[in-house]
Amino acid sequence: MSLVVRDLAVSFGGVAALAGVTFRVEPGTITSLIGPNGAGKTTAFDAITGYVRPLRGEIGYGDAVLTGLRPCDIAARGIVRTFQRTSVFARLTVLDNVLTGLHLRGTSTLAAILGGSRTVRVEEARLAREAEAILALVGLADRRGRRAAELAGGEQRLLELAIALAAGPRLLLLDEPAAGLTAAEKLAVTGLIRTIRDRGVTVLLVEHDMRLVMGVSQHVIVLNGGLVIAEGPPAAVQASPAVIRAYLGQGAR
Amino acid sequence: MARPPRPAVRAALWLSLLAVPYGLPSPYHLHVLIMAGIFAILAQSLNLLLGYTGLLSLGHAAFFGIGAYASALLALRIGWPFAAGFVAAVVLAAGSGYLIGRLAIRLRGAYFVLVTLSFAGVVSLVAVNWMSLTNGPLGLPGIPPAELLGFAFVTKRAAYYLVLGVAAGAYLLCARLVRSRIGRALLALRENEALAASVGVDGTRYLALATVLSAGLAGAAGSLYAHYTRFVSPEVFLFSYTVTMVVMVVAGGKGTLVGPVVGAVIFTVLPEALRELASWQWQMLLYGVLLILTLFFLPRGIVPSLAAGRERR
Repeated sequence: MSLVVRDLAVSFGGVAALAGVTFRVEPGTITSLIGPNGAGKTTAFDAITGYVRPLRGEIGYGDAVLTGLRPCDIAARGIVRTFQRTSVFARLTVLDNVLTGLHLRGTSTLAAILGGSRTVRVEEARLAREAEAILALVGLADRRGRRAAELAGGEQRLLELAIALAAGPRLLLLDEPAAGLTAAEKLAVTGLIRTIRDRGVTVLLVEHDMRLVMGVSQHVIVLNGGLVIAEGPPAAVQASPAVIRAYLGQGAR
Repeated sequence: MARPPRPAVRAALWLSLLAVPYGLPSPYHLHVLIMAGIFAILAQSLNLLLGYTGLLSLGHAAFFGIGAYASALLALRIGWPFAAGFVAAVVLAAGSGYLIGRLAIRLRGAYFVLVTLSFAGVVSLVAVNWMSLTNGPLGLPGIPPAELLGFAFVTKRAAYYLVLGVAAGAYLLCARLVRSRIGRALLALRENEALAASVGVDGTRYLALATVLSAGLAGAAGSLYAHYTRFVSPEVFLFSYTVTMVVMVVAGGKGTLVGPVVGAVIFTVLPEALRELASWQWQMLLYGVLLILTLFFLPRGIVPSLAAGRERR
């Protein structure tokens, strides 16, 4: 299923963060959304996932219209995001963080839980196995008992990714997953993003590290001042005069 | 998280809880313990909200009072048996919890505090002024003792076991809840609501659910209180009851299962112990000083601080 964003406009107190943006994200690809600070990348994420209400425009995923839905309902449709500022459940253990990410995969009802039903225990065991598998995938298995707040910055980034993966995304929106990481950690995250895509998850990426973006993306969309100024395959975008001007300023050429 | 106690420790705890009524010097001491049990249920109830979702209800006495009045009125006016009145008390309190939850959770934070606080004020005014139903400030005397399957819980000893049973049940339900996917959803909302929503946790739904369950438990405590003291008056809505509950949860250790129970026992027994130790002028002063010292030296609460200390050794 494709994500289709049509004429999306968002403004904060009269200032336009997005001024009518149109783009598509094709299934099974890694698509990147780049642009200078303040270009509207995170605002686009917020609008797609229901965290801000657009002024106008439409967001569709397959046959479903996402505009107007709450974030939790959008997550239930398989669209999961991470946040620019590292977001984990700080006082919970690493394992509990991932188990919380698995929320939608559990089906135990309140009555079954309060009644101490056996099916609840069976489900808990299944969820614990799934959580362990995800922790192994991102390389945090030996940290499972730590509180999230005790992890190093790079590990928290990985945990954030693990929480998002646990939610079972079909479309995963990653907001600067490599920000603040060491070179080695960036390499690991890049590999992880590819693995995620290979497992059939569509990835929409916001990232400032151009080497990472150009290395993994099939398609790059460039935002500036709330508008799409270029899009295409990485090589074409890198060569675009409009993009060079946007990044280096007027008269750079 | 604190490790669960070993089976031997648990068995010893249960044995001593069951044996306590036979080892106390006077019925007065047993009365204090029964009140501690009722407050333990209330503290569990408040902890579901304050400890697990982070929502502060300053109107919790309202749910307690609604449970107490519902039980009392159903028994006195239309002769309902205890079990039916108890269930009705839980359902009515939970229902009012639902209304408050729907109303207040859209607003969160300070607004939740204010809505719960004013709700308690309104309910208390109704209890005082609706003379024909509630008998106003005079209250409702002569509530029959609890009765189950033909056994009447008339003696203090019997009442103790009834309260112990309900408190243990409440503890078990809370334990099952907080270790489930619903409990994790509540914690997630407390920790980071935006992140919780991004993985599909419906904040409005789960916070309303927590309010309903919390209010229902408080209603159960109210029903027990009515049938134990055999008298209900608008005093059950006193703000000081709510404050006592908050003190028990915070000082005992909010967001833990054992903390509120320990808090309830300590802060029910403490004022009574001080009454024996000091003249009345000094009682409240000592109580205040001890409370401040507890919060100063054990800011996370008694139980989490002790658990952390044990792990460090």
